Amino acid sequence: MVAATQSPVTLDLLRWIPLIPLLTSVFNVFFGARLGKKGAGVLACVAVGASFAIALYVFWLLPAAGIFRDTLYTWIESGSFQVQLSFQVDDLTAVMLLVVTGIGFLIHIYSLGYMAHDEGMARFFVYLNLFIFFMLVLVMADNLLALFVGWEGVGLCSYLLISFWYEEPLNVIAGNKAFVVNRIGDFGFTLAIFLIVSELGRQGIWTLNFMELQKHVGLLSPGKITLITLLLFVGATGKSAQIPLFVWLPDAMAGPTPVSALIHAATMVTAGVYMAARLHFLFSLAPDTMSLIATIGAATAFFAGSIAIAQNDIKKVLAYSTVSQLGYMFLAVGVGAFSAAIFHVFTHAFFKACLFLGAGSVIHALGGEQDMRKMGGLKSYLPKTYWTYLIAAVAISGVPFTAGFFSKDLILWQAYNNPQSGPILWAVGWFTAGLTAFYMFRQLLLVFHGECRADEHVKAHIHESPPVMTIPLMILALGSIFAGWLGAPEYLWGSVWERRFEQMFGVHGEHLGSLTTEISLMLVTLAIVGLGILLAYVSYGRGVRLPERLSSLAGGGLYRLLLNKYYVDELYDFFIVRPFTAVSRFLAQVFDPWVIDGAVNGIAASARGVSFLWRGVQSGNVQHYLVGFLAGTLALLAYYLGQQ
Amino acid sequence: MVPLNHYLILSAIVFTIGVIGVLIRRNLIVILMSIELMLNAVNLTFIVFSRFLGSMEGQVIVFFVMAVAAAEAVVGLAIIIAIFRHRQTLDPSEMQFLKW
Repeated sequence: MVAATQSPVTLDLLRWIPLIPLLTSVFNVFFGARLGKKGAGVLACVAVGASFAIALYVFWLLPAAGIFRDTLYTWIESGSFQVQLSFQVDDLTAVMLLVVTGIGFLIHIYSLGYMAHDEGMARFFVYLNLFIFFMLVLVMADNLLALFVGWEGVGLCSYLLISFWYEEPLNVIAGNKAFVVNRIGDFGFTLAIFLIVSELGRQGIWTLNFMELQKHVGLLSPGKITLITLLLFVGATGKSAQIPLFVWLPDAMAGPTPVSALIHAATMVTAGVYMAARLHFLFSLAPDTMSLIATIGAATAFFAGSIAIAQNDIKKVLAYSTVSQLGYMFLAVGVGAFSAAIFHVFTHAFFKACLFLGAGSVIHALGGEQDMRKMGGLKSYLPKTYWTYLIAAVAISGVPFTAGFFSKDLILWQAYNNPQSGPILWAVGWFTAGLTAFYMFRQLLLVFHGECRADEHVKAHIHESPPVMTIPLMILALGSIFAGWLGAPEYLWGSVWERRFEQMFGVHGEHLGSLTTEISLMLVTLAIVGLGILLAYVSYGRGVRLPERLSSLAGGGLYRLLLNKYYVDELYDFFIVRPFTAVSRFLAQVFDPWVIDGAVNGIAASARGVSFLWRGVQSGNVQHYLVGFLAGTLALLAYYLGQQ
Repeated sequence: MVPLNHYLILSAIVFTIGVIGVLIRRNLIVILMSIELMLNAVNLTFIVFSRFLGSMEGQVIVFFVMAVAAAEAVVGLAIIIAIFRHRQTLDPSEMQFLKW
């Protein structure tokens, strides 16, 4: 399990990967307006492109070195407790680095087209570059505290970008919701950090460095490890939108669509998975936490997938789909298949970014319309968008030889082989695969097939997006197919991916099941995926079939339950938000003015009263003071004379 | 020869007159003079002990006290003049500028 302790090789280049986007962001804050919208945008793209180029170069150098490190300075030094600000790149970081800068670069370019008509374009790119910076800090940090800085930073950028169009109060509320819900998770994360510091510190190890932690993880008692990992997982449920803290992600769709693609699909929301993989040595020592993570992952995958089939907003479907796919990733984490989880992060980044950008292209073409009931038949208007969307939808559904097929089957296979959970979690994941295929093709058919249900004047303006938007789509569509080929199962051509990560995560999945089981499971999964697609085609394929068809099919109650997202928001509102605001109101309107202010004012008033009594002594007349002086002298004299 | 106690009683009487003068008189100049009385009562004690103990140290200190008293009288009178110019009064009970 313990990776061979390689000594990191110093490479000063690393610091420029996050610094370039940061510098551009700061530059655009001051001079973005002067550069003009286009100038600021192009500059931002160039910056992320440069980071991507450096990341590629580092990735190319990496196999020879093993681990790169670039130490900037000692950030905190207190006794023997030291935190360095240093960046570190190993295989895991390198993958995330390429995803963040690569997909980020494509989305930046896409945004040049998507945001072209927006007044706040310079501000948009300031936030976007700042996000890239923080995300890179998150994945390149070599200690838990620096990771947490990135973790908070991406949360901040997420908030800023969700409420980007701040004139609309709903967007601001969505941003606040995302921020507050994430804060609940971060609370767990900080507690976990404190616990690690105090537990190891008590035994003389003062460190938060990942390598050091891994070396000394044996000093922690199993109970403490379980507690630490549980708290870390609370943080992960917030950032990565798992039950029970997933409610912010669907609302986060209020932000511009490139933001949804970059932050709320491809990169930031996978930070929880990355963190679990980074701390795999802790998590794999806590079997209780792991089975909880697996259960929550599977439950989230199913839960969100079932909500997605009844949504009418094009972005809401994708949002719930993202939550569902993140559930798959945590299912993989929970069964100890960290490399499979990161593999799904990797493939998901391609096809989900492609889907979001495709949805953005549709919304752009329809002048801001997001309701799928007012779309349809866009295939002929937006051919490039349609084909890339189709490829990505096929990939996420898990059709053979696309990216989603490889990563999802790998996760399901690993879940099936896990002795603790075994077939139950596999079955949930299996059923969710069918749901995924159904809601994706439902969406595809509603948006691109059938007759166009848009208004006449909207219809007149439908246009294919400019190349600056479609070319990123095509690249992502290519990735949606070929990215998965790196991690093919053994019965095909074997997994490059698995071999690369064997050393870090240890050889996993001792292949309990035989090859025939694996292939038959794959076929069973394909069967339900096929069924999902078929069902979608039957329900929505020919002619215009509005969602009412499904509602009558499944019984009205169930449909309303799904349409209203299981009333989770309402439940939270009733059980948490309202009692909380009631208590807050009580505190603000009763407790604060009467008890707190009363105590403070009471102390002040009593001090004034006592002073008022004593101020009589100070008459200001010198002779009065002298009487006191004399009395004191006589008293002292009497005292000392009396002693003798 | 006059016995020691008589000198000391005289000194105590003069000192007490000075203290009472400082405490009850309503004129700064008189108060200053009362302080001089107290100083000189102490001086008298020094001289008497110097004489009776046959030591010169008491007399040396008296010269010091007189020098300091002269300086004090100069400064004190200067302050009194300054106050009088501002307030046209020398009554200490009227001088309560620092009291709020």
